[in-house]
Amino acid sequence: MNEILEILEKDARTTPEEIARMTGIAPAAVRKEIKKLEKDGVILKYKAIVNKEISREDDSGVRALIEVRITPQKNLGFEHVAERIYQFPEVTSCYLMSGAYDLLVVVEGKSIHTVSNFVAEKLSPMENVRGTVTHFILKKYKEDGDILKQPERSKRPAITL
Amino acid sequence: MKISKLVQDIPPSGIRVFFELVLGMKDVISLGVGEPDFVTPWNIREKAIFSLEEGYTSYTSNKGMIELRREISRYLKNKYGMDYDPEEEILVTVGVSEGFDLAIRAITDRGDKVLIQEPTYVSYGPVATICGGRPVPVKTEPQNGFKITPGGIIGACDKKTKAIVLNYPNNPTGNSYSKKELKAIAAVVAKKNLTMVSDEIYCDLTYDFDHTPFPTLPGMKQRTIYLNGFSKAFAMTGWRIGYACGPKDVIAAMTKVHQYTMMCVPITSQMAAIEALKNGERSVAEMKREYKRRREFVISRLNEIGLCCHKPEGAFYAFPSIKKTGLSSLEFSSRLLKQEKVAVVPGTAFGASGEGYVRISYATGFDKLKEAMVRMERFLKSYIT
Repeated sequence: MNEILEILEKDARTTPEEIARMTGIAPAAVRKEIKKLEKDGVILKYKAIVNKEISREDDSGVRALIEVRITPQKNLGFEHVAERIYQFPEVTSCYLMSGAYDLLVVVEGKSIHTVSNFVAEKLSPMENVRGTVTHFILKKYKEDGDILKQPERSKRPAITL
Repeated sequence: MKISKLVQDIPPSGIRVFFELVLGMKDVISLGVGEPDFVTPWNIREKAIFSLEEGYTSYTSNKGMIELRREISRYLKNKYGMDYDPEEEILVTVGVSEGFDLAIRAITDRGDKVLIQEPTYVSYGPVATICGGRPVPVKTEPQNGFKITPGGIIGACDKKTKAIVLNYPNNPTGNSYSKKELKAIAAVVAKKNLTMVSDEIYCDLTYDFDHTPFPTLPGMKQRTIYLNGFSKAFAMTGWRIGYACGPKDVIAAMTKVHQYTMMCVPITSQMAAIEALKNGERSVAEMKREYKRRREFVISRLNEIGLCCHKPEGAFYAFPSIKKTGLSSLEFSSRLLKQEKVAVVPGTAFGASGEGYVRISYATGFDKLKEAMVRMERFLKSYIT
Protein backbone atom coordinates (compact mmCIF):
# COMPACT_ATOMS: atom_id res chain seq x y z
CA MET A 1 0.00 0.00 0.00
CA ASN A 2 1.08 3.53 -0.72
CA GLU A 3 2.86 4.68 2.44
CA ILE A 4 1.80 8.30 2.00
CA LEU A 5 -1.83 7.18 1.95
CA GLU A 6 -1.32 5.04 5.01
CA ILE A 7 0.06 8.00 6.95
CA LEU A 8 -2.70 10.37 5.82
CA GLU A 9 -5.39 7.84 6.63
CA LYS A 10 -4.08 7.81 10.20
CA ASP A 11 -3.77 11.58 10.47
CA ALA A 12 -4.81 13.81 7.58
CA ARG A 13 -3.10 16.78 9.19
CA THR A 14 0.36 15.33 8.69
CA THR A 15 2.16 17.85 6.50
CA PRO A 16 4.09 16.88 3.36
CA GLU A 17 7.28 17.94 5.17
CA GLU A 18 6.51 15.60 8.05
CA ILE A 19 5.67 12.76 5.68
CA ALA A 20 8.96 13.42 3.92
CA ARG A 21 10.82 13.04 7.22
CA MET A 22 8.97 9.85 8.12
CA THR A 23 9.53 8.13 4.81
CA GLY A 24 12.78 9.56 3.50
CA ILE A 25 11.00 10.64 0.30
CA ALA A 26 11.85 14.21 -0.82
CA PRO A 27 9.26 16.83 0.25
CA ALA A 28 8.68 17.91 -3.34
CA ALA A 29 7.99 14.32 -4.37
CA VAL A 30 5.55 13.88 -1.47
CA ARG A 31 3.67 17.04 -2.48
CA LYS A 32 3.55 15.87 -6.06
CA GLU A 33 2.24 12.44 -5.09
CA ILE A 34 -0.47 13.94 -2.87
CA LYS A 35 -1.53 16.27 -5.67
CA LYS A 36 -1.79 13.29 -7.97
CA LEU A 37 -3.81 11.27 -5.47
CA GLU A 38 -6.18 14.20 -5.06
CA LYS A 39 -6.47 14.74 -8.80
CA ASP A 40 -7.17 11.06 -9.43
CA GLY A 41 -9.82 11.11 -6.73
CA VAL A 42 -8.00 8.54 -4.60
CA ILE A 43 -8.00 11.13 -1.85
CA LEU A 44 -11.53 12.52 -1.92
CA LYS A 45 -11.35 14.99 0.92
CA TYR A 46 -9.95 15.64 4.40
CA LYS A 47 -12.26 15.90 7.37
CA ALA A 48 -12.36 15.51 11.14
CA ILE A 49 -13.87 12.45 12.77
CA VAL A 50 -16.43 13.84 15.21
CA ASN A 51 -17.64 11.70 18.06
CA LYS A 52 -21.33 12.54 17.99
CA GLU A 53 -21.87 10.29 20.96
CA ILE A 54 -20.36 12.98 23.17
CA SER A 55 -20.54 16.16 21.09
CA ARG A 56 -24.06 16.98 22.36
CA GLU A 57 -24.38 19.71 19.78
CA ASP A 58 -28.02 19.38 18.72
CA ASP A 59 -28.44 16.17 20.66
CA SER A 60 -26.78 14.89 17.51
CA GLY A 61 -29.95 13.51 15.92
CA VAL A 62 -30.78 9.89 15.12
CA ARG A 63 -29.43 7.42 12.65
CA ALA A 64 -31.02 4.40 11.07
CA LEU A 65 -29.88 1.52 8.93
CA ILE A 66 -32.46 0.75 6.29
CA GLU A 67 -32.56 -2.45 4.35
CA VAL A 68 -34.01 -1.79 0.93
CA ARG A 69 -35.21 -4.45 -1.50
CA ILE A 70 -35.46 -3.26 -5.07
CA THR A 71 -36.41 -4.55 -8.49
CA PRO A 72 -33.40 -4.14 -10.75
CA GLN A 73 -34.08 -2.29 -13.96
CA LYS A 74 -33.28 -3.68 -17.37
CA ASN A 75 -29.81 -2.58 -18.56
CA LEU A 76 -29.35 -0.39 -15.50
CA GLY A 77 -29.21 -2.97 -12.71
CA PHE A 78 -29.20 -1.40 -9.29
CA GLU A 79 -27.14 1.63 -10.17
CA HIS A 80 -29.96 3.85 -11.20
CA VAL A 81 -32.11 3.25 -8.12
CA ALA A 82 -29.08 3.52 -5.86
CA GLU A 83 -28.23 6.87 -7.36
CA ARG A 84 -31.74 8.17 -6.83
CA ILE A 85 -31.48 7.17 -3.20
CA TYR A 86 -27.97 8.32 -2.31
CA GLN A 87 -28.50 11.80 -3.74
CA PHE A 88 -30.70 12.64 -0.76
CA PRO A 89 -28.64 14.58 1.79
CA GLU A 90 -30.21 12.56 4.61
CA VAL A 91 -28.42 9.48 3.27
CA THR A 92 -24.94 9.29 4.80
CA SER A 93 -23.93 5.90 3.40
CA CYS A 94 -25.29 3.53 0.78
CA TYR A 95 -24.06 0.03 -0.02
CA LEU A 96 -25.09 -2.69 -2.46
CA MET A 97 -25.34 -5.93 -0.51
CA SER A 98 -25.42 -9.64 -1.12
CA GLY A 99 -28.08 -11.63 0.71
CA ALA A 100 -31.68 -11.02 1.70
CA TYR A 101 -31.90 -7.40 0.61
CA ASP A 102 -30.18 -5.22 -1.98
CA LEU A 103 -29.22 -1.82 -0.62
CA LEU A 104 -28.15 -0.88 2.88
CA VAL A 105 -28.89 2.79 3.37
CA VAL A 106 -27.74 4.78 6.38
CA VAL A 107 -29.95 7.75 7.08
CA GLU A 108 -29.40 10.59 9.52
CA GLY A 109 -32.14 12.91 10.77
CA LYS A 110 -33.04 15.27 13.59
CA SER A 111 -35.56 12.90 15.15
CA ILE A 112 -37.20 9.52 14.71
CA HIS A 113 -39.98 11.45 13.07
CA THR A 114 -37.76 12.96 10.38
CA VAL A 115 -36.29 9.58 9.55
CA SER A 116 -39.71 7.90 9.45
CA ASN A 117 -40.96 10.62 7.18
CA PHE A 118 -38.03 10.14 4.88
CA VAL A 119 -38.75 6.41 4.64
CA ALA A 120 -42.48 6.85 4.26
CA GLU A 121 -42.46 9.75 1.84
CA LYS A 122 -39.27 9.45 -0.17
CA LEU A 123 -37.88 5.95 -0.01
CA SER A 124 -40.86 3.56 0.05
CA PRO A 125 -42.93 5.18 -2.68
CA MET A 126 -39.99 5.16 -5.05
CA GLU A 127 -40.53 3.16 -8.20
CA ASN A 128 -38.74 -0.21 -8.05
CA VAL A 129 -38.43 -0.18 -4.26
CA ARG A 130 -40.19 -3.35 -3.16
CA GLY A 131 -39.84 -2.99 0.58
CA THR A 132 -37.84 -1.52 3.45
CA VAL A 133 -36.89 -2.54 6.96
CA THR A 134 -35.72 0.27 9.25
CA HIS A 135 -33.38 -0.28 12.19
CA PHE A 136 -32.68 2.67 14.44
CA ILE A 137 -29.20 2.86 15.86
CA LEU A 138 -29.20 3.07 19.64
CA LYS A 139 -25.51 3.60 20.23
CA LYS A 140 -22.32 3.64 18.23
CA TYR A 141 -19.31 2.03 19.80
CA LYS A 142 -16.85 2.02 16.94
CA GLU A 143 -16.91 3.51 13.48
CA ASP A 144 -14.41 3.05 10.64
CA GLY A 145 -11.75 1.78 12.99
CA ASP A 146 -12.19 4.45 15.63
CA ILE A 147 -13.54 3.59 19.05
CA LEU A 148 -16.01 6.29 20.06
CA LYS A 149 -14.74 6.96 23.54
CA GLN A 150 -12.78 9.73 25.10
CA PRO A 151 -9.08 9.00 24.65
CA GLU A 152 -7.73 7.24 27.69
CA ARG A 153 -4.71 8.45 29.55
CA SER A 154 -1.59 6.42 29.15
CA LYS A 155 -1.12 3.91 31.93
CA ARG A 156 2.66 3.75 31.52
CA PRO A 157 4.96 5.27 34.11
CA ALA A 158 6.50 8.47 32.71
CA ILE A 159 10.02 7.14 32.85
CA THR A 160 11.50 3.64 32.80
CA LEU A 161 14.83 2.17 31.73
CA MET B 1 17.54 -5.14 59.89
CA LYS B 2 21.07 -5.93 58.89
CA ILE B 3 21.41 -5.91 55.13
CA SER B 4 23.86 -8.31 53.51
CA LYS B 5 27.17 -6.86 52.48
CA LEU B 6 26.69 -8.06 48.92
CA VAL B 7 23.52 -6.08 48.50
CA GLN B 8 24.80 -3.10 50.47
CA ASP B 9 27.74 -2.83 48.10
CA ILE B 10 25.57 -2.42 45.03
CA PRO B 11 25.57 1.31 44.41
CA PRO B 12 22.15 2.95 44.25
CA SER B 13 21.13 4.36 40.90
CA GLY B 14 22.63 7.81 40.48
CA ILE B 15 19.66 9.23 38.66
CA ARG B 16 16.94 8.18 41.08
CA VAL B 17 16.51 11.83 42.07
CA PHE B 18 15.96 12.81 38.46
CA PHE B 19 13.40 10.04 38.07
CA GLU B 20 11.48 11.27 41.10
CA LEU B 21 11.47 14.73 39.58
CA VAL B 22 9.91 13.41 36.36
CA LEU B 23 7.31 11.32 38.16
CA GLY B 24 6.32 14.23 40.36
CA MET B 25 5.70 16.63 37.48
CA LYS B 26 2.48 17.08 35.58
CA ASP B 27 1.92 17.48 31.83
CA VAL B 28 5.36 16.22 30.91
CA ILE B 29 5.94 14.89 27.41
CA SER B 30 7.96 11.84 28.21
CA LEU B 31 10.58 10.55 25.82
CA GLY B 32 11.95 8.56 28.72
CA VAL B 33 9.89 5.41 28.51
CA GLY B 34 11.54 2.08 27.81
CA GLU B 35 8.39 0.28 26.69
CA PRO B 36 5.98 0.41 23.75
CA ASP B 37 3.18 2.97 23.81
CA PHE B 38 0.90 0.40 22.22
CA VAL B 39 -1.37 -1.68 24.40
CA THR B 40 -1.05 -5.45 23.95
CA PRO B 41 -3.04 -6.44 20.82
CA TRP B 42 -6.62 -7.33 21.71
CA ASN B 43 -6.54 -10.92 20.47
CA ILE B 44 -3.77 -11.61 22.97
CA ARG B 45 -5.56 -9.91 25.86
CA GLU B 46 -8.82 -11.63 24.95
CA LYS B 47 -7.12 -15.02 24.94
CA ALA B 48 -5.78 -14.39 28.44
CA ILE B 49 -9.20 -13.34 29.72
CA PHE B 50 -10.76 -16.42 28.16
CA SER B 51 -8.16 -18.67 29.73
CA LEU B 52 -9.09 -17.27 33.16
CA GLU B 53 -12.77 -17.85 32.46
CA GLU B 54 -11.96 -21.42 31.48
CA GLY B 55 -10.18 -21.90 34.79
CA TYR B 56 -6.53 -21.97 33.74
CA THR B 57 -5.20 -20.83 37.11
CA SER B 58 -2.73 -23.55 38.06
CA TYR B 59 1.03 -23.98 38.10
CA THR B 60 2.56 -25.23 34.91
CA SER B 61 5.61 -27.30 34.12
CA ASN B 62 8.68 -25.52 35.53
CA LYS B 63 10.07 -25.01 32.06
CA GLY B 64 6.81 -23.54 30.83
CA MET B 65 3.87 -25.14 29.05
CA ILE B 66 5.05 -27.51 26.35
CA GLU B 67 2.57 -25.93 23.89
CA LEU B 68 4.29 -22.60 24.43
CA ARG B 69 7.79 -24.04 24.12
CA ARG B 70 6.76 -25.71 20.86
CA GLU B 71 5.41 -22.40 19.57
CA ILE B 72 8.64 -20.63 20.54
CA SER B 73 10.67 -23.31 18.79
CA ARG B 74 8.52 -23.04 15.66
CA TYR B 75 8.67 -19.22 15.69
CA LEU B 76 12.47 -19.13 15.99
CA LYS B 77 12.79 -21.74 13.25
CA ASN B 78 10.47 -19.97 10.82
CA LYS B 79 11.68 -16.49 11.45
CA TYR B 80 15.41 -16.94 11.99
CA GLY B 81 16.20 -20.51 10.99
CA MET B 82 17.16 -21.36 14.57
CA ASP B 83 16.97 -24.90 15.85
CA TYR B 84 15.97 -25.43 19.49
CA ASP B 85 14.39 -28.54 20.94
CA PRO B 86 11.28 -27.51 22.89
CA GLU B 87 11.76 -30.37 25.33
CA GLU B 88 15.28 -29.63 26.50
CA GLU B 89 16.65 -26.41 25.04
CA ILE B 90 13.99 -23.82 25.85
CA LEU B 91 13.01 -22.35 29.23
CA VAL B 92 10.14 -19.90 29.69
CA THR B 93 11.20 -17.11 32.05
CA VAL B 94 9.73 -14.09 33.81
CA GLY B 95 10.94 -11.73 31.10
CA VAL B 96 14.49 -11.46 29.86
CA SER B 97 15.25 -10.02 33.30
CA GLU B 98 14.85 -13.40 34.96
CA GLY B 99 16.39 -15.15 31.97
CA PHE B 100 19.50 -13.03 32.36
CA ASP B 101 19.69 -13.64 36.09
CA LEU B 102 19.38 -17.41 35.58
CA ALA B 103 21.97 -17.39 32.82
CA ILE B 104 24.54 -15.59 34.95
CA ARG B 105 23.80 -17.75 38.00
CA ALA B 106 24.17 -20.89 35.91
CA ILE B 107 27.57 -20.05 34.46
CA THR B 108 29.34 -17.83 36.99
CA ASP B 109 31.55 -18.91 39.86
CA ARG B 110 32.70 -16.47 42.52
CA GLY B 111 35.08 -13.98 41.00
CA ASP B 112 34.41 -14.87 37.38
CA LYS B 113 34.47 -11.86 35.13
CA VAL B 114 31.59 -10.94 32.88
CA LEU B 115 32.20 -8.46 30.07
CA ILE B 116 29.46 -5.91 29.55
CA GLN B 117 29.38 -3.41 26.72
CA GLU B 118 28.91 0.16 27.86
CA PRO B 119 26.67 2.19 27.59
CA THR B 120 24.56 -0.64 28.87
CA TYR B 121 21.11 -1.53 30.03
CA VAL B 122 21.13 -1.01 33.80
CA SER B 123 20.59 -4.55 35.08
CA TYR B 124 23.49 -6.54 33.73
CA GLY B 125 26.22 -5.29 36.04
CA PRO B 126 24.30 -5.47 39.33
CA VAL B 127 22.95 -8.94 38.48
CA ALA B 128 26.46 -10.19 37.74
CA THR B 129 27.55 -8.81 41.12
CA ILE B 130 24.63 -10.41 42.97
CA CYS B 131 25.54 -13.73 41.37
CA GLY B 132 29.07 -13.43 42.75
CA GLY B 133 30.64 -12.49 39.45
CA ARG B 134 32.59 -9.38 38.56
CA PRO B 135 31.15 -7.18 35.86
CA VAL B 136 33.76 -5.62 33.60
CA PRO B 137 32.52 -2.70 31.52
CA VAL B 138 33.83 -2.62 27.97
CA LYS B 139 33.64 0.95 26.78
CA THR B 140 32.45 1.53 23.25
CA GLU B 141 33.10 4.55 21.09
CA PRO B 142 30.56 6.86 19.47
CA GLN B 143 32.57 6.83 16.23
CA ASN B 144 31.97 3.04 16.09
CA GLY B 145 28.28 3.63 16.74
CA PHE B 146 28.79 2.47 20.34
CA LYS B 147 29.42 -1.05 19.13
CA ILE B 148 31.68 -3.49 20.87
CA THR B 149 34.68 -4.48 18.74
CA PRO B 150 36.80 -7.64 18.68
CA GLY B 151 39.74 -5.52 19.83
CA GLY B 152 37.71 -4.17 22.74
CA ILE B 153 36.84 -7.68 23.84
CA ILE B 154 40.41 -8.95 23.62
CA GLY B 155 41.63 -5.92 25.55
CA ALA B 156 39.19 -6.56 28.38
CA CYS B 157 39.80 -10.32 28.68
CA ASP B 158 42.00 -12.03 31.20
CA LYS B 159 42.17 -15.54 32.65
CA LYS B 160 39.12 -14.95 34.86
CA THR B 161 36.87 -13.80 32.02
CA LYS B 162 34.02 -16.22 31.68
CA ALA B 163 31.30 -14.61 29.66
CA ILE B 164 30.28 -11.65 27.59
CA VAL B 165 26.90 -9.97 27.44
CA LEU B 166 25.66 -8.56 24.18
CA ASN B 167 22.40 -6.68 23.72
CA TYR B 168 21.33 -5.88 20.18
CA PRO B 169 19.40 -3.98 18.96
CA ASN B 170 20.66 -2.05 21.92
CA ASN B 171 19.07 -0.24 24.78
CA PRO B 172 20.02 2.65 25.12
CA THR B 173 21.78 3.36 21.79
CA GLY B 174 19.35 1.68 19.38
CA ASN B 175 22.31 0.24 17.50
CA SER B 176 22.53 -3.23 16.13
CA TYR B 177 25.15 -5.40 14.44
CA SER B 178 25.39 -6.66 10.90
CA LYS B 179 26.15 -10.31 10.28
CA LYS B 180 29.69 -9.40 9.33
CA GLU B 181 30.29 -7.53 12.58
CA LEU B 182 28.84 -10.41 14.56
CA LYS B 183 31.08 -12.93 12.81
CA ALA B 184 34.11 -10.96 13.91
CA ILE B 185 32.84 -10.97 17.50
CA ALA B 186 32.08 -14.70 17.28
CA ALA B 187 35.65 -15.41 16.26
CA VAL B 188 36.95 -13.70 19.40
CA VAL B 189 34.37 -15.40 21.60
CA ALA B 190 35.59 -18.77 20.32
CA LYS B 191 39.25 -17.85 20.62
CA LYS B 192 38.89 -16.64 24.21
CA ASN B 193 36.62 -19.56 25.10
CA LEU B 194 33.82 -17.30 26.35
CA THR B 195 30.13 -17.92 26.88
CA MET B 196 27.90 -15.45 25.07
CA VAL B 197 24.80 -14.21 26.83
CA SER B 198 22.87 -12.57 24.03
CA ASP B 199 19.90 -10.38 24.95
CA GLU B 200 17.96 -10.00 21.71
CA ILE B 201 14.67 -8.71 23.13
CA TYR B 202 14.47 -5.99 20.46
CA CYS B 203 15.29 -8.31 17.52
CA ASP B 204 11.90 -7.96 15.84
CA LEU B 205 12.42 -4.21 15.76
CA THR B 206 15.35 -4.14 13.32
CA TYR B 207 14.79 -1.73 10.47
CA ASP B 208 17.61 -1.63 7.97
CA PHE B 209 18.77 -5.24 7.62
CA ASP B 210 17.80 -8.72 8.73
CA HIS B 211 18.56 -9.44 12.36
CA THR B 212 21.14 -12.20 12.85
CA PRO B 213 20.66 -14.13 16.10
CA PHE B 214 24.01 -14.88 17.70
CA PRO B 215 23.44 -18.66 17.98
CA THR B 216 23.02 -18.90 14.20
CA LEU B 217 26.65 -17.94 13.63
CA PRO B 218 28.95 -20.88 12.88
CA GLY B 219 29.94 -22.70 16.05
CA MET B 220 28.08 -20.29 18.34
CA LYS B 221 24.98 -22.29 19.28
CA GLN B 222 27.01 -24.32 21.76
CA ARG B 223 28.46 -21.18 23.34
CA THR B 224 25.37 -18.97 23.50
CA ILE B 225 22.55 -18.43 25.91
CA TYR B 226 19.94 -16.72 23.78
CA LEU B 227 17.46 -14.48 25.59
CA ASN B 228 14.28 -13.15 24.09
CA GLY B 229 10.72 -12.38 25.08
CA PHE B 230 7.40 -10.82 24.29
CA SER B 231 7.69 -7.39 25.90
CA LYS B 232 8.86 -5.22 23.04
CA ALA B 233 7.65 -6.78 19.80
CA PHE B 234 4.22 -7.76 21.12
CA ALA B 235 3.86 -4.80 23.51
CA MET B 236 3.61 -7.15 26.51
CA THR B 237 5.96 -5.60 29.08
CA GLY B 238 3.58 -5.96 32.03
CA TRP B 239 2.99 -9.66 31.37
CA ARG B 240 6.58 -10.40 32.37
CA ILE B 241 7.28 -13.28 30.03
CA GLY B 242 10.30 -14.24 27.99
CA TYR B 243 12.43 -17.26 27.24
CA ALA B 244 15.95 -18.57 27.24
CA CYS B 245 17.39 -20.98 24.70
CA GLY B 246 20.68 -22.78 24.86
CA PRO B 247 22.50 -26.09 25.01
CA LYS B 248 20.56 -28.56 27.13
CA ASP B 249 23.08 -28.70 29.98
CA VAL B 250 22.85 -24.96 30.60
CA ILE B 251 19.05 -24.90 30.21
CA ALA B 252 18.87 -27.75 32.73
CA ALA B 253 21.04 -25.74 35.14
CA MET B 254 18.94 -22.62 34.68
CA THR B 255 15.76 -24.65 35.14
CA LYS B 256 17.11 -25.94 38.45
CA VAL B 257 17.46 -22.39 39.79
CA HIS B 258 14.18 -21.29 38.23
CA GLN B 259 12.21 -24.14 39.81
CA TYR B 260 13.43 -23.23 43.29
CA THR B 261 13.12 -19.46 42.99
CA MET B 262 10.26 -18.84 40.58
CA MET B 263 8.59 -22.23 40.12
CA CYS B 264 7.02 -21.20 36.83
CA VAL B 265 5.83 -18.21 34.85
CA PRO B 266 2.20 -17.22 35.56
CA ILE B 267 -0.07 -19.38 33.42
CA THR B 268 -2.13 -16.43 32.19
CA SER B 269 0.96 -14.86 30.67
CA GLN B 270 1.87 -18.18 29.07
CA MET B 271 -1.58 -18.52 27.51
CA ALA B 272 -1.28 -14.98 26.16
CA ALA B 273 2.17 -15.72 24.78
CA ILE B 274 0.89 -18.76 22.86
CA GLU B 275 -1.70 -16.54 21.18
CA ALA B 276 0.94 -13.89 20.45
CA LEU B 277 3.10 -16.41 18.59
CA LYS B 278 0.19 -18.01 16.77
CA ASN B 279 -1.65 -14.89 15.67
CA GLY B 280 0.44 -11.85 16.48
CA GLU B 281 2.54 -11.42 13.37
CA ARG B 282 0.33 -8.80 11.76
CA SER B 283 0.28 -6.60 14.85
CA VAL B 284 4.06 -6.83 15.16
CA ALA B 285 4.51 -5.79 11.53
CA GLU B 286 2.13 -2.87 11.96
CA MET B 287 3.86 -1.59 15.09
CA LYS B 288 7.24 -1.98 13.45
CA ARG B 289 6.21 0.13 10.46
CA GLU B 290 4.98 2.81 12.83
CA TYR B 291 8.23 2.78 14.85
CA LYS B 292 10.27 3.01 11.69
CA ARG B 293 8.43 6.14 10.59
CA ARG B 294 8.89 7.71 13.98
CA ARG B 295 12.58 6.87 13.86
CA GLU B 296 13.03 8.63 10.53
CA PHE B 297 11.13 11.63 11.83
CA VAL B 298 12.94 11.93 15.16
CA ILE B 299 16.44 11.40 13.78
CA SER B 300 15.90 13.92 11.05
CA ARG B 301 14.53 16.49 13.50
CA LEU B 302 17.25 15.89 16.10
CA ASN B 303 19.99 16.49 13.58
CA GLU B 304 18.19 19.54 12.30
CA ILE B 305 17.87 21.18 15.72
CA GLY B 306 21.55 20.62 16.40
CA LEU B 307 21.72 17.36 18.32
CA CYS B 308 24.01 15.17 16.31
CA CYS B 309 22.58 11.68 16.13
CA HIS B 310 23.56 8.57 14.19
CA LYS B 311 20.66 6.58 12.78
CA PRO B 312 19.91 3.68 15.14
CA GLU B 313 19.26 0.39 13.37
CA GLY B 314 16.69 -0.98 15.79
CA ALA B 315 14.72 -0.83 19.05
CA PHE B 316 12.92 2.48 19.68
CA TYR B 317 15.72 4.65 21.01
CA ALA B 318 17.82 7.50 19.69
CA PHE B 319 21.02 8.40 21.50
CA PRO B 320 22.03 11.90 20.42
CA SER B 321 25.10 13.79 21.58
CA ILE B 322 24.42 16.87 23.68
CA LYS B 323 28.08 17.86 23.93
CA LYS B 324 27.54 21.05 21.94
CA THR B 325 25.49 22.49 24.79
CA GLY B 326 28.40 22.24 27.20
CA LEU B 327 26.06 20.67 29.77
CA SER B 328 26.42 17.33 31.45
CA SER B 329 23.81 14.71 30.58
CA LEU B 330 22.11 15.11 33.93
CA GLU B 331 22.12 18.92 33.76
CA PHE B 332 20.78 18.86 30.23
CA SER B 333 17.97 16.47 31.18
CA SER B 334 17.06 18.38 34.36
CA ARG B 335 16.96 21.75 32.63
CA LEU B 336 15.02 20.42 29.66
CA LEU B 337 12.51 18.96 32.08
CA LYS B 338 12.12 22.15 34.10
CA GLN B 339 12.17 24.59 31.19
CA GLU B 340 10.17 22.71 28.59
CA LYS B 341 8.61 19.77 30.40
CA VAL B 342 10.20 17.19 28.15
CA ALA B 343 11.67 14.12 29.85
CA VAL B 344 14.68 12.27 28.41
CA VAL B 345 17.05 9.90 30.17
CA PRO B 346 20.60 11.12 30.92
CA GLY B 347 23.15 8.90 29.16
CA THR B 348 24.99 8.40 32.44
CA ALA B 349 22.09 6.22 33.62
CA PHE B 350 23.66 3.62 31.32
CA GLY B 351 27.23 3.92 32.60
CA ALA B 352 29.95 6.54 32.71
CA SER B 353 30.55 6.34 28.97
CA GLY B 354 27.02 7.65 28.38
CA GLU B 355 28.16 11.11 29.50
CA GLY B 356 27.50 13.66 26.79
CA TYR B 357 24.47 11.75 25.49
CA VAL B 358 20.80 11.35 26.29
CA ARG B 359 18.41 8.53 25.48
CA ILE B 360 15.28 9.50 23.61
CA SER B 361 12.54 6.93 23.30
CA TYR B 362 10.30 7.29 20.27
CA ALA B 363 7.76 4.81 21.61
CA THR B 364 5.33 7.71 21.81
CA GLY B 365 2.62 8.98 19.48
CA PHE B 366 3.46 11.35 16.63
CA ASP B 367 1.62 14.32 18.09
CA LYS B 368 3.77 14.16 21.18
CA LEU B 369 6.97 13.56 19.26
CA LYS B 370 6.32 16.60 17.08
CA GLU B 371 5.60 18.81 20.06
CA ALA B 372 8.60 17.49 21.98
CA MET B 373 10.90 18.35 19.07
CA VAL B 374 9.50 21.88 18.93
CA ARG B 375 10.15 22.31 22.64
CA MET B 376 13.64 20.85 22.40
CA GLU B 377 14.46 23.15 19.52
CA ARG B 378 13.41 26.17 21.59
CA PHE B 379 15.43 24.88 24.53
CA LEU B 380 18.54 24.35 22.45
CA LYS B 381 18.50 27.82 20.98
CA SER B 382 19.56 29.18 24.36
CA TYR B 383 22.56 26.81 24.45
CA ILE B 384 23.76 26.35 20.91
CA THR B 385 24.72 29.49 19.08
